[in-house]
Amino acid sequence: MNTSLTNGARLFAAGLRALLVLTVVTGIVYPLVVTGLAQGLFPGRANGSEVTADGGGVVGSSLIGQAYNLPLRDGQETPQPDLKWFQGRPRNGLGTNSVNTRYDLILSGATNRSADDAELLGWVKEAKAAVVKDNSVPGHPVRPEDVPADAVTSSGSGLDPDISPQYADLQVRRVAEKNGLPAARVQRLVDEHTSSRTLGFIGEPRVNVLELNIALRDLVAPAAGR
Amino acid sequence: MSPVLAGVLQLLALMAALALAYVPLGNYLARVYTSHTHLRVEKWIYKGIGADPDTEMRWPAYLRGLLAFSLAGVLFLYLLQRLQGVLPGSLGFAAIDPDQAFNTAVSFVSNTNWQSYYGEQAMGHVVQTAGLAVQNFVSAAVGIAVAVALVRGFARSRTGELGNFWADLVRGVVRVLVPLAVVGAVLLVACGVIQNFSGIHEVGQFMGGSQQWNGGAVASQEVIKELGTNGGGYFNANSAHPFENPTPFTNLFEIFLILLVPVALTRTFGVMVGSVRQGYAILGTMATIWLAFVGLMMWTEFAHHGPALQAAGGALEGKEVRFGIGGSSIFAVSTTLTSTGAVDSFHSSFTGLGGGITLLGMMLGEIAPGGVGSGLYGMLVMAVIAVFIAGLMVGRTPEYLGKKIGTREIKYAACYLLITPALVLVLTAAAMALPTPGDSMTNSGAHGFSEILYAYTSAANNNGSAFAGLNADTQWFNTTLGLAMLLGRFVPMVFVLALAGSLAGQQPVPATQGTLRTEKPLFTGLLVGAVLIITGLTYFPALALGPLAEGLA
Repeated sequence: MNTSLTNGARLFAAGLRALLVLTVVTGIVYPLVVTGLAQGLFPGRANGSEVTADGGGVVGSSLIGQAYNLPLRDGQETPQPDLKWFQGRPRNGLGTNSVNTRYDLILSGATNRSADDAELLGWVKEAKAAVVKDNSVPGHPVRPEDVPADAVTSSGSGLDPDISPQYADLQVRRVAEKNGLPAARVQRLVDEHTSSRTLGFIGEPRVNVLELNIALRDLVAPAAGR
Repeated sequence: MSPVLAGVLQLLALMAALALAYVPLGNYLARVYTSHTHLRVEKWIYKGIGADPDTEMRWPAYLRGLLAFSLAGVLFLYLLQRLQGVLPGSLGFAAIDPDQAFNTAVSFVSNTNWQSYYGEQAMGHVVQTAGLAVQNFVSAAVGIAVAVALVRGFARSRTGELGNFWADLVRGVVRVLVPLAVVGAVLLVACGVIQNFSGIHEVGQFMGGSQQWNGGAVASQEVIKELGTNGGGYFNANSAHPFENPTPFTNLFEIFLILLVPVALTRTFGVMVGSVRQGYAILGTMATIWLAFVGLMMWTEFAHHGPALQAAGGALEGKEVRFGIGGSSIFAVSTTLTSTGAVDSFHSSFTGLGGGITLLGMMLGEIAPGGVGSGLYGMLVMAVIAVFIAGLMVGRTPEYLGKKIGTREIKYAACYLLITPALVLVLTAAAMALPTPGDSMTNSGAHGFSEILYAYTSAANNNGSAFAGLNADTQWFNTTLGLAMLLGRFVPMVFVLALAGSLAGQQPVPATQGTLRTEKPLFTGLLVGAVLIITGLTYFPALALGPLAEGLA
């Protein structure tokens, strides 16, 4: 009994030493080397691909989707979209931190609702009605069947920075009208900011909403006499 | 180009990349695990451990080393989380509760990486980098070690010796995983994955105001999370988060990393047993199942059945625009047919059939191509069963790779096969029968049942993905899922090593005319059939209550 206990303890000690040595290799040296290479070679990317606008201030990351909403008014629970700007996808899966609440972190995530979930069906229908209503301009009504799926579904991360080119095209007339620009000019802006599939076949074509809105603001600003 | 065609082309590109890496990496792995020399850094490590890497171990000694190492891993990771509140460099995050810390420690040591916590609000730099990411490396190296020990059992004769656990562990980390991870991590950073140690910082927004973000050593963890088929995300959204998986290319690259080592190990197996064609037969089995699953998944996701998806006009709920349905489908199948469990889209919002495919993939035992190491040893155990079935059909003593499959070998293989289903079905039944666990379900009805079945399937098979609607941060789920992960990882390893020891002790039997040719396509067909039939019979009733009921509704 005693010898088996001693043997067990000796073996555990070997296991623990192995763990500690390998922690030094893979938990300290390896991440520091990678961080050094990353910060040396690609500092912008390694720090979150932050985007600065013309004023020089950071306006977000090109990788992280944002909300383009009007400020909350008294009595309102959910903010209204600011229709001057291109809108991203719904973000029903996002959460806020429940532990360490001194921070105001955004918790990435999806809704995890199933395809036959009644509430998800309700969200989709509501979102579709809103997209149709918001984007229909006099003489150019939007038909429900023209609304692409990404416009009415939440993404996996809740932080999807992109929309489909179809959804961007759908918003062109509304954005043009709200900003007093010709629709053709806004359409050209969308086309310029549409990325095709990588190497022609990887992923899907997409439009980065933040970059598009920055370009739109640049277009609008002189017109507004700034 | 249509999205379907783009999806198929991505599939072909992925297969081409894996084919290119197959021979060089497989041969390299075989050299690593048969070499008699030690690198200088390895000698330092052996000195630190106090182990002689040249001592041959019989299976009980090999197992004891493995269990001692893993026990140390669980305790260390548990303590690290419990002490987080006082550790420097933890962003001021508090200690993790005992039940969740136990669950997470077991989860990462068992290569499962089930997560009942939100990465961005719970785990600081120290726990993520020096705790969780370390287990991503070493739990993967342990899996490869066990697979290599089983292969040695087939390759060696008249000896009970299976190699040295410490040498296999250290070589897996130093010569295989770390070099691949460094290259992969730098590539990921080049595409936009973050890699820094900054704290939580305010970032200005387009409309004014600001957001708070975590910094972190994400790229270094992301790459080994895929390469070691671990799957535990830095952020809650896992590989759907743009900081973990920023572009369509990184998505394809991460799928490649998931499949790379499990696929190449079939070559290593072939080289080590002296017939690369035996490796092709095993690879053929894995590839057949994987391709069939990807095909089915793409079909059902593009067809987007289900009321909400029909109303939306596409199955994009829980999916990112940049990956699309094609990329998400390949990822979902690859992560559940290996023991990875990383997700780039959320399986709970897939079509009923699509969710069922992810579930079935795990139920097959994750052997096509499976986790690093665990996929190969799982498939080899299945091959033992398949030759046994074939032997019964013709009334001959079954043999595989020149070794007799006798009573003892079959007992070990059968015990291996029974553990996981027993854990999944008993615990699922218990959770459904008790009054409170059901409160954790987000969805009701068949999908709610699927959430719980998925959780136990994922845990016992060491996958770690989830129908994440389930609120698993309760004492019941943290504890029972923790036990399922622990038993589902280490009890099968006991039987694999026992089987390896038994095989290594045998005399080889010469192949005769009556020997089943296990390197032929016929055997691949037999093996595919055995895998599907055995799993189908085990899980069909449970699947009928969950995804089948939902898919047919």
